[in-house]
This record gives sequence, C-alpha cells and structure tokens, in this order.
Amino acid sequence: MRGTLSDRTGAALLMAPLLLFLILAYAWPFLGVVKWSFTLPTPGLGQYHALLTDELVQSVFIRTLRIAAIVTVVSVTAAYAITVVWVRGSPVQRVLAEFCILVPFWISVLTRAFGWVALLSNRGLVNTWLQSIGFISEPLTLVRNEFGVIVGMSHFLIPFAVFPLASAMRSLDERVLLAARGLGSSRMRTFWTVFVPMTRSGIIGSALITFVFSLGFFVTPAILGGGRSVMIAELIYLRIFQSPDWGLGAAISVVLVVFVGALMALLFRYVKPKQLV
Amino acid sequence: MPTYRPGPVSLILAVLVALFLLMPLLAVIPVSLTPSRMLTMPTGELSLRHYRSLIEDPRWLDSILLSLRIGIVSSILSTALALTFSLGVWMFQPRFAAALIGFVLLPMVVPPVVSAVTLYFLLTSVSGLTSSFGYDTWLGVAMAHSVMTVPFATVLILVSLSQLDRRIDLAARGLGATVWERATRVIMPNIKFGIVTAALLSFVLSWEEIGVTLFITSVNAITLPRLMWMGLRDNIDPAIAALSVILIIITVLVLVVRSVVTRQRAAR
Repeated sequence: MRGTLSDRTGAALLMAPLLLFLILAYAWPFLGVVKWSFTLPTPGLGQYHALLTDELVQSVFIRTLRIAAIVTVVSVTAAYAITVVWVRGSPVQRVLAEFCILVPFWISVLTRAFGWVALLSNRGLVNTWLQSIGFISEPLTLVRNEFGVIVGMSHFLIPFAVFPLASAMRSLDERVLLAARGLGSSRMRTFWTVFVPMTRSGIIGSALITFVFSLGFFVTPAILGGGRSVMIAELIYLRIFQSPDWGLGAAISVVLVVFVGALMALLFRYVKPKQLV
Repeated sequence: MPTYRPGPVSLILAVLVALFLLMPLLAVIPVSLTPSRMLTMPTGELSLRHYRSLIEDPRWLDSILLSLRIGIVSSILSTALALTFSLGVWMFQPRFAAALIGFVLLPMVVPPVVSAVTLYFLLTSVSGLTSSFGYDTWLGVAMAHSVMTVPFATVLILVSLSQLDRRIDLAARGLGATVWERATRVIMPNIKFGIVTAALLSFVLSWEEIGVTLFITSVNAITLPRLMWMGLRDNIDPAIAALSVILIIITVLVLVVRSVVTRQRAAR
C-alpha cells in the first residue's frame, strides 16, 4: 500500500539532511584530498611514484603489514579463548566474560594505552616487580618499541575480534558437538575437528576486521611505539604536520583507502554483514 | 540453553585472556595514588594530590567543559540527522536503500586516519570563509565529531526500527495521519530506547575521540583527550592516571546500569 504523492515526497525529504551533510562534510573534502595527492607540490603522479621508490615509506608499509599480521593472529586467538566461555560457559562464567570484554571495549583508547605505559615502562609495574624479586637487574625495554605496540593494539582489538566469533559460535548446532562426544571423541579432538571448523566464517570475519583496523591505527602505535616504530597512520600525521608534505600524506591516505576497500570487498565475499555483529 | 560447556583447558585460557584485558585498567589505580610528581608506583604512603589537581588545575577543568560542550552539540546533531534519515528510509523504503545506508556508514569503515585527513581538509578550507567554524574551533570539532558518530547513531536507530511492527504505521496512515504525525506520534515513541542509546553512544564517541581531533585542533580547542594526549607524549603526568581511574569507574557504572535496564526490559 502506497500513500499519496506528498506523503512519499515527505518521507523521501527526511533522508535529505544527512545525505547532504555527508556529501558536503565528507565526500566533497575526500575528493579534495584525492586532488591534493595529484597536485601537491606539483601536478602529476609524482607522489605515487615517490610511494613506490621512497625507502622510508616502504619500510613503514612493510612494518605496518607485519605488525597488523601479528596483532591479528594474537587478537583472534585470544578472542577465541574468551568467546568460547562467553558463549558456551555457565551463566556466571558468561556474565564474568562479558564484563571482561565490554569494560575494555568502552574505555577510551588513550586510557588503555596509558594503562600499558603504567605497566610496561622502565619504572612501571612489571619492571618494578621483576626487579624486586631479583629476576632482572636492569629494567626490560617493553614500551617504545614494536613489542609495546603489538601488546597495546592486541589489547584494543580483542573485543572487536570477539563479536564475529561469538555470532558464529552462537549459531552452530550444538547437537553435532554432543554427537561427536557421544561417539567417543575426546574433548580436544571434538574442539579441533568439529568446533573450530564449524566457526570458520567467524574466524575469517574476525581476522579481517582486526587486520583492517590495525592498518589504520594511530593512537596506540604513536604512544606505545614512542616514535620508534612508526605505522602508516602516524606517517600520514607526520607528513601533514611535521614535514609539511601534504601531497605525500594525501597519496598515502588514498592508497590506504583503496587497500582497505579491496579487503572489505574480500570480507563480504566470504561473510555476510549480519555475521559480523 | 547450551549444554556443551567449555572444558578446563578452555577456562584456563579464557582466564588468562581476561587478566590480560583487565590488567592495564587495574594498573592505573596504584599509579594514580602516588605522592610523586612522576609516573611511579607509590612506595608506602598514598596521596590524592593528582585527583585534586584535576579540579584545581584550570587546564583540566577547561578541557573537561569543552569536551562536554562538543559532546552534547555533536550528539544532538548526529542523533537528529540519523533519526530523520532512518525515518525516511523506513517510511519511504527506497529501492536503493542499501546503497544510501552504505554511503552513510562510510565514516565508520574508512580508516579513521583517512577521515581525519579529510576533515582536516574540510576545516582548513572553511577557515578561509569564517573564523568561528573552521580549523581549531569548537564548532568545527563538534561538526567533525558528528561526521564520525553519525554512522553509529544511524545503525542503532535502524536496528530499533527494524524491530518495529509496520502495521501500526499502516494503521496510522489509513486513519489519515500525515508524515509528521506518523513520525512523531507513532514511530518515535516506539523507538525511544534506540534514540536515547544513539544519543548516548554519539556523546561517548565524541567525548573520547582523539584520532580526528588531533588533526583538526592545535592550541584553542583542547578537548580532554587532546590534553591527555599532550600529557602522554611529553612528561607523563600522573594526573592522567587519576583521570583514567575516574573514567574507568564511570564506564563500569554505566555498563552495570545498562545491563540492569536491559534485563528489566527483557523481563517485561
């Protein structure tokens, strides 16, 4: 049943403010950034050529991909362990697991990065404790390096990795698990040969989300890396604010968007959007 | 009810992950009570001086007030835009709805640093036209935050609309209600919870936004996260630990209240 023409127009008009707002405040300036990448400092493909030849830029790209890959493996594995309990545990276990997942999820990235600084810095909790029990004499360098970045990013991304896994684990038919156990398979074997393969779509979704998020990460690497393990996002920041080279910053941004877009397209070929939440 | 329970190995691993997740949040508590001016563990005596400095130091207070103002304005803007858009999509049911929603969700999926460069471009371009609305102004930050939070608000409102029974709207329309009456008297009262959640989430996201804020502010619009960032990069000020403890306590309280409310709603 359709209403009168004016009703339909009225409803359609309701969509206009947000669309207009995002066209003016997001789509148009994004095109401006693309323009920057082709025109600053001189018109042409110079900045994209620089991307392919500049050793610093390339080492940052490689470091970003390496850190993103490690963080993905760590986060998905850790998320898997806690999601099993969140979805399949007893009611009390589920409440506790949910608390441990949601509290960090809602706390700001700055506070969480700061918590890691308090734990891992030279005079932080870990070093103080290890020295007081006489395990080490000199403080270990745990932040301002890649180790700190990986720890902090994994901590940030575990809750995000949990949601696709949880949705995969909720939807699987547990009678299959009971059947496997009933037929004499051990707990371990049931887990590895029945449970894990049945949550494959969740693992893929979770890994892609984590990986995509890690690529554009800014705050955690900047604080826990202490300028020593610069990732793509921080490089963009430095190119725009410290060595004003807007063209290169813009070109890296464009490449990042294209790369992430391709990964997302891949994601939606394997996983339905509904399975991600 | 699932009857297939995790075994002991799963439980041990999950406990380790849980400890890992909570550890940095717990670590800030002792640090916030240190009597020292440096970021150290308290040895012996405890002190509340860093909590006091949050109230006494005008820098902290100013940035808290600024962040509140930006959070409220951007939350109102993004909730209003998300609400009208979602109502339009729900009532009009355009054939290209998926593409429109996809466009609206872009700021959520594009890497935040790229959105930051984009908004930097926008605000520096606008700066030339007006001085109150561009780069490093609180209105500019509020608008940029709205761009970043509006996808989240839209998702929440669309989800609550999807659970609404279309027949009540059809009945209202059959009885001659206008678009305005259907929206404000029939649909909105039924998705109140979704609208409030959207506004709250937009506020929280703006309140703690740092990635974009770093690109679009320099000396005037110092929001709370921006001030924390400055304190974290140079000399680490233990006042950040005190502030973190307060923020963590608020988060835990809100989560507990929310889960109680959700449970009550589910029980009804």
